[in-house]
Amino acid sequence: MVASRLNTEFAARVFVLGIALGLPLAALIARLADKTIELRARVAEAGGWTPTDLTVAVGQPLILRLISDDVLHGFALGQSDGPAIDVPPGQAVETTLTFDRPGKYVFYCTRWCGLGHWRMRGTIEVAGTTADSTTGQPPLYVTLGLNIDALHEAAVTPKGAPSATRGAQLGVALPANYLTQDYYRAHSPAEVWQALRAGSFSTELTDDEVWDLVAFVWRSNTTPETLAEAKTLYAQNCAACHGETGAGDGIAAAALRDKAHEAQTEFGHLTQAPADFTNADHMLGASPALLQGKIIRGGMGTGMPYWGPIFTEVQTWALVDYLWTFQFEYK
Amino acid sequence: MTRFDLTTLPLVKPLLKSRWPQFVIQSIALGGFIFAIFAGLVGTPVGNHNFSIVFVWIAWWALLMLVAVPIFGRGWCSICPIPLPGEWLQRGAALAPQGHGLGLGWRWPNRLRNIWLQNGAFTLVALFSAVVLTQPSVTAIVLAAFLFVALGASLIFERRAFCRYLCPVGGFIGLYSQVAPLEVRVKDTAVCAAHTEKTCYTGNADGYGCPWQVFPGGLVKNTYCGTCVECLRTCPHDNVAINLRPPGADLLRPTGRKLDEAFKAFIMLGSAMAYSAVMLGPWGGIKSAAYSVGSVAWFGYALVFLAFIFGILPGLFLLAVSLGELPASRRPTRKAFISFAYTLVPLGLTAWIAFSLSFVFANISYLWPALSDPLGWGWNLFGTAGVGWTPYLANALPTLQAIVLIGGLIWASATARQIAVELKGGLQQALPVIVFCFAVTLGLLWLLVG
Repeated sequence: MVASRLNTEFAARVFVLGIALGLPLAALIARLADKTIELRARVAEAGGWTPTDLTVAVGQPLILRLISDDVLHGFALGQSDGPAIDVPPGQAVETTLTFDRPGKYVFYCTRWCGLGHWRMRGTIEVAGTTADSTTGQPPLYVTLGLNIDALHEAAVTPKGAPSATRGAQLGVALPANYLTQDYYRAHSPAEVWQALRAGSFSTELTDDEVWDLVAFVWRSNTTPETLAEAKTLYAQNCAACHGETGAGDGIAAAALRDKAHEAQTEFGHLTQAPADFTNADHMLGASPALLQGKIIRGGMGTGMPYWGPIFTEVQTWALVDYLWTFQFEYK
Repeated sequence: MTRFDLTTLPLVKPLLKSRWPQFVIQSIALGGFIFAIFAGLVGTPVGNHNFSIVFVWIAWWALLMLVAVPIFGRGWCSICPIPLPGEWLQRGAALAPQGHGLGLGWRWPNRLRNIWLQNGAFTLVALFSAVVLTQPSVTAIVLAAFLFVALGASLIFERRAFCRYLCPVGGFIGLYSQVAPLEVRVKDTAVCAAHTEKTCYTGNADGYGCPWQVFPGGLVKNTYCGTCVECLRTCPHDNVAINLRPPGADLLRPTGRKLDEAFKAFIMLGSAMAYSAVMLGPWGGIKSAAYSVGSVAWFGYALVFLAFIFGILPGLFLLAVSLGELPASRRPTRKAFISFAYTLVPLGLTAWIAFSLSFVFANISYLWPALSDPLGWGWNLFGTAGVGWTPYLANALPTLQAIVLIGGLIWASATARQIAVELKGGLQQALPVIVFCFAVTLGLLWLLVG
């Protein structure tokens, strides 16, 4: 009888220990056996991506399990046309990346997840011996030697918004050099206005009509398709600070402007109000190359992120083109 | 009142007398409990995808408030995993009595032989509930704390001191178990009186003395009976019954009404109202205040919460009881205040059921992904990891809640009427209390149904 009870008690203890400890142990073993790389996303203030640095060899698939620990995040590779992947909180999303060239690639969050959203970035070091056939050209703002931190107030500004359509309707035959892409990108609208104003072909025109010609020149250097693509890029990446209408009044603007804002400790106290693209004094004194520099390099502590590793060159120029729509009427 | 002894049904008594069925269920519950702590500590911090939040605060809560308490009373206590490790160490066995266990075996202090500590413990958890219910790591810490406090209590004090005097959940389960249609009672008290060994309290080779420190022969209410059925195992005269009875039978027994239980009724009713406002209401400011523990806003929230459940609600109730007294005195006796507070038992339980209906059916769909991926590690064990959030019964819920709340009001009003009769008063004495219950029901209808 006693022996039977002891045996039963022993069986009971084994049973309960098996159930109580078995589940956690099984979970841990399964986790250790799983070789998929887990890339966890948290808002930047809580750590951003973990891990931030990944390595893989050329041609070797990199299988990532993306998991958000807080809010909706997105995942995309910088300077890539690949679609962004949404990472809803608490859910795992798997993706496989394969690189055909060695180098350092940047991945970033594509969803406005918090004030420090733009800081949610990480790198993938792709090792390999394949020679990189692309020869990197320095950006135009570097080639031109522009100081992108210098003040660039416009010497002249129009009374109203210049219209490219009105400019086209003036029927002025502009010299070809004004319509080249190189000329457009290297000069500010104010500089172009001054050059046009001095030209013999504009003696009959009013100052505002010359501004309409400038708008015409600017529109000649872009396309509706480019502007449409850039509008999406702007909404996804720029509008939170600069505002949907470009007025520098996005939802994150207050935190950047207000030195007493609690997020300032995260930002470093050097932040500034986001640029107002509707401000003619400010915008019409900047060349497209200058704006390209500001986008690529960022604001160096001002709160303006560096987008160089994120946008392709085509995307950067498209964004620059789009910024002028806050000054010029293209329709 | 009529009773039906369920142990007369085939298989019921053998199933209850055997320790294995209960032990297996307890072990599974303990496994789930430990896994919930594990999940809270190492799983995803996203609450609605973590086993600890989904299974404890949604699935378990649904089971407890919508099924276990209304039907089985303290039925949950009979399989609750929290006291088990301590109890097994105390007994030195997981199953039948054998040898000696560990522990000092002290008696619980006489001054603390009430549920005031449980009232305090529930209030404490309630103050932090916005965080506890949403953050897996905090849930894990709270669950682990329950486990360790229960373990400590078992090693220091005799029997289930934690369940009887400390458990924040046990306090309200006990209060509301009075309305359950099930009870453990002796068949014939004369048999108990003649039984000199009182093995139901002292234990024998077949089972342990009542862990809840209750003498079954004197049981008249469910409040402190843990339905562990040890007495069924240890009674040599087959004198213990599991009765099916009219719901709420205990409320009409005037014996054993106490101030600590009365305040438990206020705490529970007030908490149901506060939770309805904080968790289901449209007021973001209150939600933020409840969530930002330690902030000035949270202290404000805590102050209002405490003032409401310990001051405003009992104060208004005291006023109602006073208005029911004879005009000559207008001074409510302590007895009247305590007795009428038991009308809040059905009212409070139905308030919690109505609240839980919203809470549970809005969130229960999180169960499916959490089943497949309990730790948020990207698993898909049962193919349900991708199931999206869907509120269930959204259209029917308001009607259902209104029916439950109005049913509770009717039940509370009938109870108030009967308590007034018992106190030698009439409808006049019960009427202000009924008006109080009516006002509370209106408030709950506004908060929950809109």
